[in-house]
Amino acid sequence: MTDSGTEKKRSLSVICSKGSFDMAYPGLILANAARMAGVDARLFFTFWGLDIVNKKKIDHLHLNLVGNPSAPIPAMIAGLPGVEALATAQMRKEMERLEIPPIREFIEMLDDAGADLYGCQMALDMFKLTKDDLVPQVKEVLTAMDFMDMSEGAQIVFV
Amino acid sequence: MSLETIQTDPEGYLANRDDWSEELAQELAASMGVSLTEEHWKVLNTARAIDAESGSSPGLRKISKRSETPIKAIYKLFPEGPAKAIAKIAGIPKPKSCL
Repeated sequence: MTDSGTEKKRSLSVICSKGSFDMAYPGLILANAARMAGVDARLFFTFWGLDIVNKKKIDHLHLNLVGNPSAPIPAMIAGLPGVEALATAQMRKEMERLEIPPIREFIEMLDDAGADLYGCQMALDMFKLTKDDLVPQVKEVLTAMDFMDMSEGAQIVFV
Repeated sequence: MSLETIQTDPEGYLANRDDWSEELAQELAASMGVSLTEEHWKVLNTARAIDAESGSSPGLRKISKRSETPIKAIYKLFPEGPAKAIAKIAGIPKPKSCL
Protein backbone atom coordinates (compact mmCIF):
# COMPACT_ATOMS: atom_id res chain seq x y z
CA MET A 1 0.00 0.00 0.00
CA THR A 2 1.61 3.24 -1.09
CA ASP A 3 0.88 6.92 -1.00
CA SER A 4 1.48 8.79 -4.22
CA GLY A 5 2.70 12.09 -2.83
CA THR A 6 -0.03 13.90 -0.95
CA GLU A 7 -2.86 11.93 -2.52
CA LYS A 8 -4.08 9.10 -0.29
CA LYS A 9 -4.54 5.89 -2.20
CA ARG A 10 -8.09 4.59 -2.43
CA SER A 11 -8.75 1.36 -0.54
CA LEU A 12 -11.52 -1.10 0.11
CA SER A 13 -12.26 -3.17 3.19
CA VAL A 14 -14.64 -6.09 2.75
CA ILE A 15 -16.17 -7.84 5.74
CA CYS A 16 -17.32 -11.35 4.84
CA SER A 17 -19.80 -12.65 7.39
CA LYS A 18 -21.68 -15.31 5.41
CA GLY A 19 -20.60 -18.82 4.61
CA SER A 20 -23.08 -20.05 2.05
CA PHE A 21 -21.84 -20.78 -1.47
CA ASP A 22 -23.80 -17.93 -3.01
CA MET A 23 -22.89 -15.37 -0.36
CA ALA A 24 -19.20 -16.22 -0.36
CA TYR A 25 -18.69 -14.83 -3.85
CA PRO A 26 -19.87 -11.19 -3.65
CA GLY A 27 -17.17 -10.14 -1.18
CA LEU A 28 -14.44 -11.93 -3.12
CA ILE A 29 -15.59 -10.52 -6.46
CA LEU A 30 -15.66 -6.96 -5.10
CA ALA A 31 -12.19 -7.28 -3.60
CA ASN A 32 -10.84 -8.73 -6.82
CA ALA A 33 -12.45 -5.98 -8.88
CA ALA A 34 -10.82 -3.44 -6.59
CA ARG A 35 -7.40 -4.98 -7.12
CA MET A 36 -7.87 -5.12 -10.88
CA ALA A 37 -8.70 -1.42 -10.82
CA GLY A 38 -5.65 -0.57 -8.74
CA VAL A 39 -7.50 -0.11 -5.45
CA ASP A 40 -5.95 -1.67 -2.33
CA ALA A 41 -8.16 -4.31 -0.77
CA ARG A 42 -8.37 -6.19 2.49
CA LEU A 43 -10.89 -8.78 3.64
CA PHE A 44 -12.05 -9.66 7.12
CA PHE A 45 -13.60 -13.11 7.49
CA THR A 46 -15.87 -13.23 10.47
CA PHE A 47 -18.55 -15.51 11.86
CA TRP A 48 -19.84 -17.78 9.07
CA GLY A 49 -17.47 -16.04 6.70
CA LEU A 50 -14.71 -18.03 8.35
CA ASP A 51 -15.99 -21.06 6.45
CA ILE A 52 -14.74 -19.43 3.26
CA VAL A 53 -11.16 -19.65 4.51
CA ASN A 54 -11.48 -22.75 6.67
CA LYS A 55 -9.33 -25.55 5.24
CA LYS A 56 -12.00 -28.15 5.97
CA LYS A 57 -14.92 -26.18 4.57
CA ILE A 58 -13.55 -24.11 1.68
CA ASP A 59 -14.32 -26.79 -0.92
CA HIS A 60 -17.69 -27.69 0.57
CA LEU A 61 -19.71 -24.52 0.86
CA HIS A 62 -23.30 -24.98 -0.16
CA LEU A 63 -26.21 -22.95 -1.36
CA ASN A 64 -28.72 -21.72 1.18
CA LEU A 65 -32.26 -22.17 -0.09
CA VAL A 66 -34.35 -22.70 3.04
CA GLY A 67 -35.42 -19.40 4.53
CA ASN A 68 -33.93 -17.59 1.56
CA PRO A 69 -36.52 -15.19 0.17
CA SER A 70 -34.83 -15.21 -3.23
CA ALA A 71 -34.87 -19.00 -3.58
CA PRO A 72 -36.96 -20.16 -6.52
CA ILE A 73 -38.43 -23.13 -4.69
CA PRO A 74 -40.65 -23.23 -1.57
CA ALA A 75 -38.91 -23.80 1.77
CA MET A 76 -40.66 -27.10 2.39
CA ILE A 77 -39.23 -28.55 -0.81
CA ALA A 78 -35.85 -26.88 -0.33
CA GLY A 79 -35.55 -28.56 3.07
CA LEU A 80 -35.96 -32.06 1.69
CA PRO A 81 -32.84 -34.22 1.82
CA GLY A 82 -30.53 -33.66 -1.12
CA VAL A 83 -32.29 -30.63 -2.59
CA GLU A 84 -29.76 -28.03 -1.49
CA ALA A 85 -26.93 -30.34 -2.50
CA LEU A 86 -28.43 -30.71 -5.97
CA ALA A 87 -28.96 -26.97 -6.32
CA THR A 88 -25.37 -26.36 -5.19
CA ALA A 89 -24.07 -28.84 -7.73
CA GLN A 90 -26.06 -27.12 -10.46
CA MET A 91 -24.75 -23.73 -9.42
CA ARG A 92 -21.17 -25.02 -9.46
CA LYS A 93 -21.67 -26.33 -12.98
CA GLU A 94 -23.03 -23.00 -14.11
CA MET A 95 -20.07 -21.18 -12.59
CA GLU A 96 -17.69 -23.51 -14.39
CA ARG A 97 -19.45 -22.76 -17.64
CA LEU A 98 -19.04 -19.03 -16.98
CA GLU A 99 -15.41 -19.66 -16.01
CA ILE A 100 -15.89 -18.32 -12.50
CA PRO A 101 -13.24 -19.98 -10.33
CA PRO A 102 -14.11 -22.15 -7.33
CA ILE A 103 -13.70 -20.51 -3.91
CA ARG A 104 -10.26 -21.98 -3.22
CA GLU A 105 -8.85 -20.69 -6.50
CA PHE A 106 -10.52 -17.33 -5.94
CA ILE A 107 -8.80 -16.98 -2.57
CA GLU A 108 -5.45 -17.82 -4.17
CA MET A 109 -6.14 -15.32 -6.94
CA LEU A 110 -6.94 -12.60 -4.40
CA ASP A 111 -3.75 -13.29 -2.50
CA ASP A 112 -1.74 -13.19 -5.75
CA ALA A 113 -3.40 -9.93 -6.66
CA GLY A 114 -2.12 -8.37 -3.45
CA ALA A 115 -5.28 -8.33 -1.35
CA ASP A 116 -4.75 -8.92 2.40
CA LEU A 117 -6.89 -11.57 4.07
CA TYR A 118 -7.62 -11.60 7.79
CA GLY A 119 -9.51 -13.84 10.18
CA CYS A 120 -11.65 -12.58 13.03
CA GLN A 121 -10.28 -13.42 16.47
CA MET A 122 -13.65 -13.55 18.15
CA ALA A 123 -15.15 -15.83 15.51
CA LEU A 124 -12.17 -18.17 15.72
CA ASP A 125 -12.61 -18.35 19.47
CA MET A 126 -16.33 -19.01 19.13
CA PHE A 127 -15.82 -21.83 16.69
CA LYS A 128 -12.83 -23.10 18.64
CA LEU A 129 -10.48 -22.73 15.68
CA THR A 130 -6.91 -21.54 15.36
CA LYS A 131 -5.04 -19.89 12.50
CA ASP A 132 -3.80 -23.34 11.47
CA ASP A 133 -7.36 -24.28 10.59
CA LEU A 134 -7.39 -21.51 8.02
CA VAL A 135 -5.91 -21.53 4.52
CA PRO A 136 -2.35 -20.16 4.22
CA GLN A 137 -3.53 -17.07 2.32
CA VAL A 138 -4.95 -15.66 5.58
CA LYS A 139 -2.24 -13.29 6.71
CA GLU A 140 -3.19 -12.77 10.32
CA VAL A 141 -5.93 -13.08 12.89
CA LEU A 142 -7.23 -9.69 14.06
CA THR A 143 -9.80 -8.12 16.31
CA ALA A 144 -12.55 -5.95 14.86
CA MET A 145 -10.79 -2.90 16.26
CA ASP A 146 -7.55 -3.80 14.48
CA PHE A 147 -9.48 -4.11 11.25
CA MET A 148 -11.18 -0.76 11.82
CA ASP A 149 -7.78 0.86 12.38
CA MET A 150 -6.50 -0.63 9.14
CA SER A 151 -9.58 0.61 7.34
CA GLU A 152 -8.98 4.28 8.02
CA GLY A 153 -9.94 6.17 4.90
CA ALA A 154 -11.14 2.98 3.26
CA GLN A 155 -14.54 2.21 1.85
CA ILE A 156 -16.05 -0.56 3.96
CA VAL A 157 -18.39 -3.14 2.51
CA PHE A 158 -20.26 -5.61 4.68
CA VAL A 159 -21.42 -8.83 3.05
CA MET B 1 -0.37 8.33 -34.39
CA SER B 2 1.25 9.44 -31.17
CA LEU B 3 0.06 10.12 -27.65
CA GLU B 4 -0.81 13.72 -28.51
CA THR B 5 -2.83 12.96 -31.61
CA ILE B 6 -4.85 9.89 -30.63
CA GLN B 7 -8.42 10.06 -29.47
CA THR B 8 -9.52 8.35 -26.29
CA ASP B 9 -12.87 7.90 -24.66
CA PRO B 10 -13.61 9.73 -21.37
CA GLU B 11 -12.00 6.92 -19.37
CA GLY B 12 -8.80 6.89 -21.40
CA TYR B 13 -9.33 3.85 -23.60
CA LEU B 14 -8.38 4.10 -27.27
CA ALA B 15 -11.31 5.42 -29.30
CA ASN B 16 -10.15 4.22 -32.72
CA ARG B 17 -8.71 0.75 -32.88
CA ASP B 18 -6.85 1.55 -36.09
CA ASP B 19 -4.81 4.18 -34.27
CA TRP B 20 -2.98 1.49 -32.33
CA SER B 21 0.62 0.63 -33.03
CA GLU B 22 3.44 -0.85 -31.02
CA GLU B 23 5.06 2.57 -30.79
CA LEU B 24 1.84 4.02 -29.41
CA ALA B 25 1.71 1.20 -26.89
CA GLN B 26 5.23 2.13 -25.74
CA GLU B 27 4.17 5.75 -25.30
CA LEU B 28 0.99 4.82 -23.45
CA ALA B 29 2.92 2.49 -21.19
CA ALA B 30 5.58 5.10 -20.51
CA SER B 31 2.91 7.62 -19.56
CA MET B 32 1.79 5.10 -16.91
CA GLY B 33 5.33 4.53 -15.70
CA VAL B 34 5.62 1.09 -17.30
CA SER B 35 8.52 0.12 -19.58
CA LEU B 36 7.52 -2.73 -21.83
CA THR B 37 9.61 -5.88 -21.82
CA GLU B 38 9.07 -9.21 -23.57
CA GLU B 39 7.01 -10.35 -20.58
CA HIS B 40 4.74 -7.33 -20.94
CA TRP B 41 4.32 -7.95 -24.67
CA LYS B 42 3.36 -11.57 -24.07
CA VAL B 43 0.48 -10.37 -21.91
CA LEU B 44 -0.49 -7.51 -24.23
CA ASN B 45 -0.44 -9.66 -27.36
CA THR B 46 -2.52 -12.32 -25.63
CA ALA B 47 -5.08 -9.71 -24.61
CA ARG B 48 -5.23 -8.35 -28.16
CA ALA B 49 -5.57 -11.86 -29.59
CA ILE B 50 -8.45 -12.84 -27.31
CA ASP B 51 -10.17 -9.55 -28.04
CA ALA B 52 -9.79 -10.04 -31.79
CA GLU B 53 -11.01 -13.64 -31.69
CA SER B 54 -13.92 -13.32 -29.32
CA GLY B 55 -14.91 -9.71 -29.90
CA SER B 56 -14.74 -8.95 -26.21
CA SER B 57 -11.92 -7.56 -24.14
CA PRO B 58 -10.75 -10.32 -21.78
CA GLY B 59 -10.49 -10.23 -18.00
CA LEU B 60 -7.20 -10.85 -16.20
CA ARG B 61 -7.88 -14.48 -15.50
CA LYS B 62 -8.32 -15.34 -19.19
CA ILE B 63 -5.20 -13.39 -20.10
CA SER B 64 -3.26 -15.10 -17.32
CA LYS B 65 -4.27 -18.60 -18.38
CA ARG B 66 -3.67 -18.15 -22.08
CA SER B 67 -0.38 -16.30 -21.82
CA GLU B 68 0.72 -18.66 -19.04
CA THR B 69 1.63 -15.66 -16.93
CA PRO B 70 0.58 -16.14 -13.30
CA ILE B 71 -1.69 -13.49 -11.77
CA LYS B 72 1.06 -12.55 -9.33
CA ALA B 73 3.40 -11.82 -12.24
CA ILE B 74 0.79 -9.75 -14.07
CA TYR B 75 0.37 -7.54 -11.01
CA LYS B 76 4.16 -7.06 -10.94
CA LEU B 77 4.28 -6.16 -14.65
CA PHE B 78 1.35 -3.72 -14.47
CA PRO B 79 1.24 -2.60 -10.85
CA GLU B 80 -1.52 -0.01 -10.85
CA GLY B 81 -4.87 -1.40 -11.91
CA PRO B 82 -3.61 -4.09 -14.31
CA ALA B 83 -6.99 -4.75 -15.92
CA LYS B 84 -7.30 -1.14 -17.00
CA ALA B 85 -3.63 -0.65 -17.82
CA ILE B 86 -3.43 -3.70 -20.07
CA ALA B 87 -6.56 -2.69 -22.00
CA LYS B 88 -5.40 0.89 -22.44
CA ILE B 89 -1.89 -0.02 -23.57
CA ALA B 90 -3.13 -2.82 -25.82
CA GLY B 91 -5.63 -0.47 -27.45
CA ILE B 92 -8.64 -2.66 -26.62
CA PRO B 93 -11.82 -1.71 -24.77
CA LYS B 94 -12.31 -1.83 -21.01
CA PRO B 95 -12.79 -5.47 -20.01
CA LYS B 96 -16.38 -6.42 -19.29
CA SER B 97 -15.43 -9.41 -17.15
CA CYS B 98 -15.33 -9.32 -13.38
CA LEU B 99 -12.45 -11.74 -13.27
